[in-house]
Amino acid sequence: MTDPALAARPLPVASPKFTVRDLHFHYGDFHALKGIDMDIPEKQVTAIIGPSGCGKSTLLRIFNRIYAIYPKLRATGSILLDGENILDPRYSMNRLRSKIGMVFQKPVPFPMTIFENVAYGIRHHEKLSRSDMEGRVEQALRSSALWGEVKDKLKQNALGLSGGQQQRLCIARAIALKPEVLLLDEPTSALDPIATGRIEQLVEELKSEFTIVIVTHNMQQAARVSDLTAFMYLGELIEFDKTEKIFTKPDKKQTEDYITGRFG
Amino acid sequence: MNALYLRRRITNALAMTMSMLATLVGLAFLAWILWETLRQGISALDLKLFTKITAYGEDGGLLNSMVGSLVINFIGIGIATPIGVLAGTWLAEYANRTKLGESIRFLNDILLSAPSIVMGLFVYTIIVLPSTALTHGNTTFSGFAGGVALALIALPVIVRTTDEMLRLVPSTLREAALSLGVPQWKLTVQILIRAARSGIITGVLLALARISGETAPLLFTAFGNNYMAINPMEKMSSLPQIIYQYANDPGESMHALAWAGAFVITMFVLLLSLASRLILSRTKVSHD
Repeated sequence: MTDPALAARPLPVASPKFTVRDLHFHYGDFHALKGIDMDIPEKQVTAIIGPSGCGKSTLLRIFNRIYAIYPKLRATGSILLDGENILDPRYSMNRLRSKIGMVFQKPVPFPMTIFENVAYGIRHHEKLSRSDMEGRVEQALRSSALWGEVKDKLKQNALGLSGGQQQRLCIARAIALKPEVLLLDEPTSALDPIATGRIEQLVEELKSEFTIVIVTHNMQQAARVSDLTAFMYLGELIEFDKTEKIFTKPDKKQTEDYITGRFG
Repeated sequence: MNALYLRRRITNALAMTMSMLATLVGLAFLAWILWETLRQGISALDLKLFTKITAYGEDGGLLNSMVGSLVINFIGIGIATPIGVLAGTWLAEYANRTKLGESIRFLNDILLSAPSIVMGLFVYTIIVLPSTALTHGNTTFSGFAGGVALALIALPVIVRTTDEMLRLVPSTLREAALSLGVPQWKLTVQILIRAARSGIITGVLLALARISGETAPLLFTAFGNNYMAINPMEKMSSLPQIIYQYANDPGESMHALAWAGAFVITMFVLLLSLASRLILSRTKVSHD
């Protein structure tokens, strides 16, 4: 991958979770993604960085087709998840979303108890006995490093938790469904540094189990948590490589300008 | 620098004084209304107001009117709430930003400002007159017809508040639920309505406050009744109607009864507003 001409091509990945080919996206008349090709490897952390409006969140929101709830949005091309095209209308939304969990910029707990927040999604996909459900909820809360803080107040309203705790609850809610992929859309942008540190540590722990794709504004964060980094600009994937390489000697001038803060 | 600071302080002081004056004017009228209804009605404000019916005239009370008001309002709000909440939910969650949804929202706003006497006449035409024909000429004014007229007034209020409260729920909450694979109907019923619950309840209480003071729609529907009526298929008295009737009476003591009735309604509406405030503030505390 030293040839700069090849830099924006998909990395040859041994076991890609997602294979993105010629992906275009339109918001009405606006062409937001212009032919993205990208292989996202399994059980690693892939960070997507770039200036505001570059299409990084748009790209993330195509992976679970959450964009489809709004009118006038259109994605073309293909995204293979384990070899099956998820953009195919025949791909069941229910199945897709049970495989792919998502955590958003702002923590959005449901207006119910902490326990119910985690149990809610599980209940829709599986019929579990009471004790099995309790086990699953505990397991999810343990994995999201929240169990110790909430185990005595599972019956309390989730809106009473702090912002950082709410965000970890949202992660618990997503991983409770045992997804294969976790999409994180700027998950720490509304949190203070300590809460941010906890989430980053959590990402590190979770990658042994899940394929993680994280969109972030914060380049240090991308450098800290990810194995691979994709740099996007104006709807195009400029460079996609090992994080180390992107942050030490990127192939493209634009990437270098952005990561050194010279971007204007 | 100092001149700028001084100017800002003066502007600030001016704006503060103006807004405080405006608040005081509003509050003064409210206090005046409460005081006046109390002062004028105090001679009639005794136990018999709540124990005797209007058939006794100046020696009577307003019991049948209060019961009638309760029954009619209950029917009105009972009809308007389910329809209004469902319609508002449909507007916000299923028809938002569609042509049909926008037109219905617009029509609902027109209904919101329709004169209440029109509702009375409308119900008179579609319920009272046909049932009169069915019963061979007996006029069939009824508490039920009054309730339907009030429901037509409460309905647009409830549709509007439900619609607005649901649209205030952040779209990220919808996305969060949908990204778990939860279908739209579950999201709506189990999460969105719950998130907007206190706002919707407040809307219903405000609609109830609004209809409990309506007189015009009841004149052609519930009509009035000097005796106790519990059956909504009979003519029924109501507080606003009896106030209207007694206020037109030449007798001084009838006026006092009318004032006392006005005081009861005002207090009822005040308590409803306080209750809705309490519901809103209590849910806010639990959100912290």
